[in-house]
Amino acid sequence: MGRDWKYIVGFATAVCLVCSVIVAGSAVGLRELQDTNKVLDRQKKVLIVAGLLAEDAQVSADEVQRLFKENVRPRVVDLATGQYDDKTDAAAFDQQKALKDPSASHKAESPEARAAGIQRLPNKALVFEIVAGKDIEMVILPIEGKGLWSTLYGYLAVGRDGNTIRGITFYQHGETPGLGGEVDNPKWKALWPGRKAYDAEGHAAIGVIKGQAPGAAEAPHKVDGLSGATITSNGVTKLVRFWLGDGGFGKFLAGFRKGERA
Amino acid sequence: MSKTREVLLDPLFNNNPIGLQVLGICSALAVTTKLETSVVMAAAVTAVTAFSNVSISLIRNMIPPSIRIIVQLTVIASLVIVVDQILKAYMFEVSKQLSVFVGLIITNCIVMGRAEAYAMQNPPVSSFIDGIGNGLGYSLVLLFVGFFRELFGSGKLMGVEVLSLTTDGGWYTPNGLMVLAPGAFFLIGVFIWIVRTWKPEQIEEAS
Repeated sequence: MGRDWKYIVGFATAVCLVCSVIVAGSAVGLRELQDTNKVLDRQKKVLIVAGLLAEDAQVSADEVQRLFKENVRPRVVDLATGQYDDKTDAAAFDQQKALKDPSASHKAESPEARAAGIQRLPNKALVFEIVAGKDIEMVILPIEGKGLWSTLYGYLAVGRDGNTIRGITFYQHGETPGLGGEVDNPKWKALWPGRKAYDAEGHAAIGVIKGQAPGAAEAPHKVDGLSGATITSNGVTKLVRFWLGDGGFGKFLAGFRKGERA
Repeated sequence: MSKTREVLLDPLFNNNPIGLQVLGICSALAVTTKLETSVVMAAAVTAVTAFSNVSISLIRNMIPPSIRIIVQLTVIASLVIVVDQILKAYMFEVSKQLSVFVGLIITNCIVMGRAEAYAMQNPPVSSFIDGIGNGLGYSLVLLFVGFFRELFGSGKLMGVEVLSLTTDGGWYTPNGLMVLAPGAFFLIGVFIWIVRTWKPEQIEEAS
């Protein structure tokens, strides 16, 4: 119709300007709230795997923050040496971001990492110490790896002996509900605490088996399989063993086993 | 008044965007494994459709015809980003589950279909109502599908256990088909079947 190109360009510019102001306004205006949500979400997950918070508990944000402040000490670990890196500010460290940064991460080469479906590894990881008074109760390690459909992201809690599993939880995954999705089942998760991460030679030995495993005393390295979800079960075994192994937190946990950090 | 009613309620059954127009199927498959995500997705799509219709309708006489589609897309994309930001700020858990599908509202054919087919020709108020109506039509199907998929697929409704599962020592074995995308296809098929049995005039004539 009778409109010249100047009008068209002007109109397009105006629409873009108005839209970008709206988008930028909402993004900037809500950022603080979103960041609080993310931090709170992570704090909650850590408290849950540490057993300090019930899974379906409805608690206020303040309560979560209070519990976290009182009981949890985030720390950065250098995965290559297994030592704490206190030069890095743990409160500001973002492991997922480090994973995307070529200077803070490297390609995962080992067959164990490949088996767990891990492509890249961060140089440093964020762990959480659960402290009671002055003593470290347990340490919570971030874990991730492939299941059947998706990457499972979670936390593994290991006692201060560096060997006893204290809890496991996956906070994000896309496994089939009812089958692989049963990794969320509290009854299955309750099978983990008390079992041992390593065998007598110090190799990561804990794993999910097919069928039912006896109690923690008779079968310290075995956890019941998820029926109908063999691939997810195997994925969990591989990813847990990888993160307990030398490519993951093996050296760090060895320090606990030798009693260097108790 | 009866026209307003018609604009609002017509898309529910007579001219349902999914049922009759068969638009927006992709997201109807993806986000309906749980009722809660279905509800939030339905609300998000309804809001985006309504407000994009209003915005497009307000500037309908100014939009140069040669760039109208890209203008519509810009407006819709902006609204979707705003909705996504709001979800992340106020409904963090749900927004994590919806993840990429909120962003994909942009490509939901219903939103653009209504902007092009209705808002370009009608004044803002009735465009708004048309947006709400079509959003509700979409919501209706999403809730229908989400209800049955969560109930039979996970034995729960809104995350609360309704049928006690065998994995927890109950009696109900979850239906795996329901949690996969094909389950939603069957349910949408059933929905269309029911509506067309009730309103036979919607049946297309065999060519």
